Parts: sequence; structure tokens; C-alpha cells
Amino acid sequence: MKIGLIDYGMGNMHSIAKALEHVGGTVQLVKTAEELGNTSRIVLPGVGAFRDCSAALKASGLGEAIKEKCTEGVPFLGICLGMQVMLTSSREFGLYPGLNLIRGTVKSFPESHPERGYKIPHMGWNDILFSSEKDIHPVLKPLENQQVYYVHSYCCAPENPEHILGVCSYGEFPFASAIGKANMIGVQFHPEKSQRAGMALLEAFLKWNL
Amino acid sequence: MLSKRIIPCLDVAHGRVVKGVQFVDIIDAGDPVEAAIKYDEQGADELCFLDIRASHESRETLYHMVTDVAEHVFMPLTVGGGVKDISDIERLLHAGADKVSINTAAIFNPEFVKEAAERFGSSTIVVAVDAKRTDDHWECFTHGGRKPTGINAVEWAKRMSDYGAGEILLTSMDCDGTREGYDIPLTRTVAEAIPANVIASGGVGSLEHMAQGLTDGKADAVLAASIFHFGEHTIAETKSYLASKGIPVRI
Repeated sequence: MKIGLIDYGMGNMHSIAKALEHVGGTVQLVKTAEELGNTSRIVLPGVGAFRDCSAALKASGLGEAIKEKCTEGVPFLGICLGMQVMLTSSREFGLYPGLNLIRGTVKSFPESHPERGYKIPHMGWNDILFSSEKDIHPVLKPLENQQVYYVHSYCCAPENPEHILGVCSYGEFPFASAIGKANMIGVQFHPEKSQRAGMALLEAFLKWNL
Repeated sequence: MLSKRIIPCLDVAHGRVVKGVQFVDIIDAGDPVEAAIKYDEQGADELCFLDIRASHESRETLYHMVTDVAEHVFMPLTVGGGVKDISDIERLLHAGADKVSINTAAIFNPEFVKEAAERFGSSTIVVAVDAKRTDDHWECFTHGGRKPTGINAVEWAKRMSDYGAGEILLTSMDCDGTREGYDIPLTRTVAEAIPANVIASGGVGSLEHMAQGLTDGKADAVLAASIFHFGEHTIAETKSYLASKGIPVRI
């Protein structure tokens, strides 16, 4: 099974590629729409600003190719900015369109209050909490009672609460830690930096049977 | 709840750990990968590597070392020492570092921090502040605490945070090496003044000191070297002690 790791030229793919290989994946760096053709899993990591990521995906035609693959049912994992780009639009530095795989917007955290210990970016190890009323998504199952590593200043607000798979709370402000719909899943934290918990998630993603 | 972070710091030169790491079951004390794996197993939240040589030759081996470490442990890596321009940052990030720490270069050219934060994002840029008490305030020093700059350290930390630094690695030059604890008034003053995260450093001699840095000092993370390197305490022991004091840590 070949994992298409989307490289839109903004950052280092090293960590995530090594992490996927560590759990037994075969990684192919994907820079063009054509290269996405023969992959059976897609991972979209995120580095940089929403605007730049969205523009790069559009210019390379990768955005459209990813959407097509997602429609075909190929399992998709978006990480951090890669999760945010799954939504309809973002308000980071203006209003920019996302891939609209899941309807919703990206918004900023409320302003920081250092005297109360509430600082932006939200950086460090924090929870992912699950609703007791529904089953935990199979890819997220290994994260029960685990903390994961977050680094972000913006967060996802899907329109339909059904698409929120896990939540985290920072400064009394709850946000979506994981979102998903059908064959697509997105996580705000960095599995590739979350030690064993992160590796377990990536392994579950590779084994995910729809 | 957001956990307080425990960060072991390793001094490196020519891609090798110096000042010795003395774990019982480690074969080569100078091997950064072996040390990193050890700390990973113990549950460190992050790792910090500082190149103390910062010569051209040392830097070339540093890049290889970072890549090597990043292939073996899957946690955030901060790398610093002699970072002076955008291309240094680019190379370290490309090698596999998640964050880069800037020290002296920020003092000489504060705009460098602004440029770096705009280009690579605030969460990638750490500014190291070496502070020493002088009369009624703290002053920034460079060159390992030898050269005074005349800059007020608290004002400086604020400015660096305004310029986009996501974290301030705050070292008390008075306390460093004393094993008598962090400079709590300094740590707390900075932590309460800036929106960036504050990592307390310099002076740890006991687990209690770490608890003080996080509670009284209000630091977001604590950095320590010798207390971990010489096997006095493991990260796991440290965390269970902190948890027993009601401090949120990742166990």
C-alpha cells in the first residue's frame, strides 16, 4: 500500500515521512496531480499559512486531485494546517477558500492573557476528549486517555457538529481536535510529534478499513 | 488540560553530546541518538540540543545529527547555538528540527527575529535570553554570560515576543550551575508579562526546584541538563513528583 504524502513545497516532510515508515507505511512524496494517481492513502501535512497552502494546492492542481480521490473513497488524513484546509474557508490573514471536503470555517483563538497563563499559540501536550454518546472513530481509538502534541493559533469549526470526532479545551475555549466524514479525517495535533500515541494513530490510519 | 513540559537539554559539539550523559545502560555517552532514545523512553516532552561550538565544521555535523535524531524519536526538537541568519534556520528545519533557538544574533539584529517569525511561523522561533541581575533589574548578557549588553532582560523578552518569538528560553546566569534553583522572580516577571511561552532554565538541583519554576515562576516548561544526564532523576520520576504537587504533566 502506497501512501501519497502531499508536498506542496512549504516545509519539511522528513518527520511525517519517517513516522509513516516507522509504522510500516511506504511513502511516496506527491508534488503533482499525476503523482497522486497510484496511491491508496493520502496524508496532507500542514506547514505555514492557510493562504499559502490553499494557493499552492490550487496552482499545482493537487487540490482538485485530492478532492477527486476523496470522492472515490480513498482514506485521507489531514494534519494541523492540512486539517484546516479540509474546511470551506479560513479567516487567517483575510478570507481564503479551503478544499471544502467538510463544510466549516477556520477561526482564531481569543486573544492571549499571559497573566492567566493563557498564551497563543496553543503549544504543548494536551488532551483529546471523546463524546461518551458515540463510538470513538477507529483511527482515534488508540488516543483514549492519551495526550497529544499541539502547535496552532487557529482552529476548525465544522458547521455540522456530527463531523467533530474529538475535542480539546484551551483557556476554557473548546475546539475541534479531530474532524471527519466518511473516508476523511483531520487532526489538529501532530501525530508525528506525539511519540507512541501519535505512532499508534498513524498505524490505525494505515489499517483503517472503511 | 495543557501539560507543563519537561525538556532535557543536551550540549553538543561536532554532532556529539559533550559534558557527558551518564545513564547506566548507555554504551556511548556521546551519541546523541542514544541519549535521545533514552529520554524518549522516559517520557520527555521535548528535546533541546544546543551547539556550544557553533563553528563552521561543528554546524555541518550538527545538521546530520539533527536528521539522525529526528529519524529515531518522534517528539518536538529544538536546536540552537550560533544561529545567525535565515539560511541557518532553513537548514536546521530542513534537517528535522521543529524549533530553532536564536540567541546572540537577536541582540545584534532584532529585526532578524521578526523576519524569521514571519517566514517560518512564531511557533518555530525560540529566542534564548541570558539574564543576570544588576542593581534593581535584570540585564541581557551574551557569550555565555560574559558580555553585558545594557539591555533590560524583561523589556527585551517583551520585544522579542512582540516580534513574533513563540517561546523565550530564559536562563538565569546567576543561578546557572549553582543547583540552587531557578531565578523565580525573573521567571515569574517574564512569564506574566509576555504572550509567548516561557521555558525556565539555569539552576536546577532538585525536583522541588522544577516544581517551583512551574508554580511560583509560572513557567510553561522547564529545561534541565545535569539532573537528568547524571541519572539522579529520570523524567518519569520528575513527572510523578510534579503530579503529586498538583502540577499538570503528561504521564
